[in-house]
Amino acid sequence: MNDIVTTINLAYVVAAALFILGLKLLSHPDTAKKGNFISAVGMFIAVVVTLLDQQIISYHYILLGFVIGGAYGAWKAKTVEMTSMPEMVSLFNGFGGAASLLLGWATLSGMSVLALNTAGAFTFVSLFFTILVGGVTFSGSVVAWGKLSGKMSSKAVVFTGLRELSILHLIGMVVVGYLFATEPSNPIWLYCAIALALSFGLWATISIGGADMPVVIALLNSYSGVAASAAGLATGNTILIVTGLLVGASGLILTNIMCKAMNRSLMNVLLSGFSTPVEAGEKIEGEIKVLAAQDAFYVLEAAQAVLVVPGYGMAVAQAQHAVRELQSLLEDNGCTVDYGIHAVAGRMPGHMNVLLAEADVPYDQLYEMDDVNPRMENYDVVIVIGANDVVNPAAKEMKGSPIYGMPVIEAYRAKSVFVLKRSANAGFAGVDNPLFFKENTRMVLGDAKETINSIIREFGDD
Amino acid sequence: MEIIYLLFIVLLAGFLGFELIRKVPATLHTPLMSGSNAISGITLVGALVASGSDNSVLTTVLGTIAVALASINVVGGYLVTDRMLNMFKKKTK
Repeated sequence: MNDIVTTINLAYVVAAALFILGLKLLSHPDTAKKGNFISAVGMFIAVVVTLLDQQIISYHYILLGFVIGGAYGAWKAKTVEMTSMPEMVSLFNGFGGAASLLLGWATLSGMSVLALNTAGAFTFVSLFFTILVGGVTFSGSVVAWGKLSGKMSSKAVVFTGLRELSILHLIGMVVVGYLFATEPSNPIWLYCAIALALSFGLWATISIGGADMPVVIALLNSYSGVAASAAGLATGNTILIVTGLLVGASGLILTNIMCKAMNRSLMNVLLSGFSTPVEAGEKIEGEIKVLAAQDAFYVLEAAQAVLVVPGYGMAVAQAQHAVRELQSLLEDNGCTVDYGIHAVAGRMPGHMNVLLAEADVPYDQLYEMDDVNPRMENYDVVIVIGANDVVNPAAKEMKGSPIYGMPVIEAYRAKSVFVLKRSANAGFAGVDNPLFFKENTRMVLGDAKETINSIIREFGDD
Repeated sequence: MEIIYLLFIVLLAGFLGFELIRKVPATLHTPLMSGSNAISGITLVGALVASGSDNSVLTTVLGTIAVALASINVVGGYLVTDRMLNMFKKKTK
């Protein structure tokens, strides 16, 4: 090792330490901002010191790529709406996957004939893995992005033979992987690998419905890290290995949390498009009681403790600012306001928290399901805004229900429940909600934002 | 030996990642994901060498596109995470 290589590697050690420290500081909202900055410093050091590499003889193309990519990234980061964060993260997952795929390809095409003959099988297996995971991440993320942004139908696309098609892909990958590793100089295997990966990512994601998107995004997030790590193994670059795995672990943990929150295994979510719909269980008895916004106001005015349970519908109606306003009015009225957030509310992990933070709701008023369920009886009113499945008592009561067994926010145990909803139809999962028929439930129908605004007006007139 | 040494790094980094991320609270999961996007842009480091070395046209083109894509993640990821984290406030009373 010459001096420059040693310097670069030492700087990588420092960068890795900063990434780790940055993630550690992300464990509390007070220190998270500092953590993000420290992580960015680590990245800066890693990039700058890499430019010292003696193999680099021209900076024109590097600069070109960086300026284009950096400008687009900065623009996107400044202009993205908080409601659109799931799409953006999905798109960035895809870019990460594509970058790893291209790096793998470039590494292969940059190898001399000598290198191709002397490099061991380990290098080529790693390269193959990089291209495979990178490709799946890219096409899968593009599909997820399309579904989330409404450019594609968010429904699960299923057709006969899809299962066989997927199995065929997996067999193809093993075969092509073997051929690639034994004959890396033949580009046809490389192209086959890229095509297989892109195609597999497409079919695997297109068969998953919109409500399962939190799991898909988290998993693709993990893949983008794994792809970077594999690229590190192929090029012998330790900083790529370490950092890629940090991301890979992060995505995997989030995936696991999302699956647990739905009481489903990862396999069940990934193959959900293949399962046959469950026969409807018992019929729900009772009638829906509708309440006008004005009458809702009288109940809220007398309430001492209110719990707000938001769901994706709140994001769609852009109601978070109105909710915040209502919170202030209630608090001025001597009422305590808490928020109960289910892990799979929204379209990505933590989606609701960011939307509420944007509307200036302090983070210490946001509670997880396990914090609010034990004290549910203490709440005078639970306001359910655009949420459905996460408060569905069918998960506890109806054995035949597709969501049976899923841990839910037990809103029905509160003194009264207001459900703000456009209409009394079934929710995203297409499951009937017995909560709507409970004795203590009142439906406040209409656009959530409009409803809250009219309650706010009532407070004003008071 | 080189392979064993790399696999050791894989093992340790994997465990470290799990221990670190487990402690991130649910309220910060979205910034965690966008932050992960930024960190996974570390591919940039590998792409720089591919883009700037004395290579064939194909390698340079592939490397340059990889630099652009990874730069999107690095710049966009850190900036949007910072923007989000600015919004998280404690109750002032």
